[in-house]
Amino acid sequence: MPPSDDVVLRVENLVKHFPVKGRIPFVSGGVVKAVDGVSFDLRRGETLGVVGESGCGKSTLARMLVGLEQPTSGAVRFGRSVVHQARGRELRALRRRIQIVLQDPYTSLNPRRTIREILLQPFEIHPDVLDRRRRVERIKELLDLVGLDPSLHLDRYPHQFSGGQRQRIGIARALALNPDVIVCDEPVSALDVSVQAQVVNLLERLQEELGVAYVFIAHDLSVVRHISDRVAVMYLGKLVETGPEIDLYEAPRHPYTSALLSAVPVPDPAGRGERKRILLAGDPPSPVNPPSGCRFRTRCWQATDTCATTEPPLAAGEHPVACHYPLAA
Amino acid sequence: MTLLEIADLRVAFPGPSGPVNAVNGVSLGVDSGQTLAILGESGSGKSVTAQAVMGILDVPPATITGSVRLRDRELLTLPRKQRDRISGEEIGMVFQDAMAALNPVFTVGHQIMEVLRVRRGMSKADARRRAIELVDRVRIPAAKDRIRDYPHQFSGGMRQRIMIALAISLEPDLLIADEPTTALDVTVQAQVMELLAEIQRDSGMGLLLITHDLGVVAEVADDVAVMYAGRIVERGTVQQIFAGPAHPYTEGLLASMPRVDRRDEQLYAIPGAPPNPARLPAGCPFHLRCPRATDECLVTLPPLQALPADRASACHHHEEVLGATQR
Repeated sequence: MPPSDDVVLRVENLVKHFPVKGRIPFVSGGVVKAVDGVSFDLRRGETLGVVGESGCGKSTLARMLVGLEQPTSGAVRFGRSVVHQARGRELRALRRRIQIVLQDPYTSLNPRRTIREILLQPFEIHPDVLDRRRRVERIKELLDLVGLDPSLHLDRYPHQFSGGQRQRIGIARALALNPDVIVCDEPVSALDVSVQAQVVNLLERLQEELGVAYVFIAHDLSVVRHISDRVAVMYLGKLVETGPEIDLYEAPRHPYTSALLSAVPVPDPAGRGERKRILLAGDPPSPVNPPSGCRFRTRCWQATDTCATTEPPLAAGEHPVACHYPLAA
Repeated sequence: MTLLEIADLRVAFPGPSGPVNAVNGVSLGVDSGQTLAILGESGSGKSVTAQAVMGILDVPPATITGSVRLRDRELLTLPRKQRDRISGEEIGMVFQDAMAALNPVFTVGHQIMEVLRVRRGMSKADARRRAIELVDRVRIPAAKDRIRDYPHQFSGGMRQRIMIALAISLEPDLLIADEPTTALDVTVQAQVMELLAEIQRDSGMGLLLITHDLGVVAEVADDVAVMYAGRIVERGTVQQIFAGPAHPYTEGLLASMPRVDRRDEQLYAIPGAPPNPARLPAGCPFHLRCPRATDECLVTLPPLQALPADRASACHHHEEVLGATQR
């Protein structure tokens, strides 16, 4: 099913600040601006990749999208509902529609429950979705869908599975209630290289068959390129560039995107030394006290005085960039 | 003369149901100035191989057989004290997790100076001067002030640099780096790999790089040994291996890697998962996941055979693989 223009999830100016404990009691130590004004649309059946380095706020963003974290301000809209304002019946309906797959398949499955119990749980929480008598049949279908053998695997415990199989179980659980959106937070980064491709291919096949939309959050730019229709680059709590996969990777417009892409090692020794590499100085600054103006200016090789005083906005459009001096496309 | 020569190295640990054979007969050599990458997934035995060379495995419970020679001196049979001396002075070590490798209660300057004072008998003032030089060498700004900081006051990339400074403080002949950039962000990883390569160029040490990252291997290695289930399954120069692998496992790994510089429509996925070292299958350990497996592979373990152009493959069907992958 090809992605459509129909927006399924709309994120508006989402902000999350965490208070920091100060050294002096009762005096605030400031706030960590983990997510600081993020907006994007997710279209039905598409994959939006979100990339960024550790501490850029991408996991906090994931948790807010599914309602695990209360935003400081801003909104996540799904149809006519607002994720963090919904209560009661409306909230339960929302939770069915937006699911999450987490990074660590070793800690996201309850070790004391069998796969049967783990997969039946979504139906116990949402009993109106499916008649009790048809549930076991449905979870067998789900296991089959993610490439596990129901006759063999249904009554085993999580520790009896490999990492890749556990991630498949996590995906089956996320699919149980037929969601419209699955937020995948680093779903393959804990897996071995040879197993990563299996899970990536599975996610792609499921999207084709079921038309589910993914927000695919990862630090691995190669995996994100492979799976995404559109990509958003995050730096210190803000999106600095978003665009279609091909445009963003082939013609990055933000200096940070460009540096990030050039730093990824390419598994081809033939091009060694010929690729031009932008080596950024230092580490990302602390999100407690982000630089004034453009947050990237402290590591940017073309920063000017303007960058220190005026924050470049991320405009609307197909391939917007938050930079005063965007690179030539 | 080969700097490091490993021959038929075997390492086993006791397990609840018999010994777990983590390394099953590894042989390889590293020359001065050469970068050899050992590429493998979790459980392949790559880190245990490195630990056996470094002499940091506890024996018992581990049992180690075979030979590890550094400049023609056998290390495995040396008494503990002499072994530790060589491990400290002639082999430098860099690990994945710098926070765990550095002592949290001493300043980084103290830790570098301690090495210099104990091993080189330097005075406090000389050791401090040298420590500052070393911290400066790994490109940490304001080295003079930063040596008074504790490990937790550094960022992940900076801590990794401190560990590199510590590893090269006694000018070792061989540096063993076990997943040195795995925990780092990609922009910082590029900086640290660049630094390691530069230090190696300047000092002429041999570098044994342990990694699971094909990209890192392609960027820095001269030669590659691919490990699977405790064995080397393929060995060759980095160009040979990436241009035309001679083992189906390497072939599968390369085809399953998405790339940042192009978009592949479909990734090849190696079926199944790496085997449990406590329960290795009979015959070729890769046969359960191998599209080229035949009856022979189910029963006979393929030895690592020399191929033309000084490379090697442990596959009964290496000719067929080479024929398919050579461009």
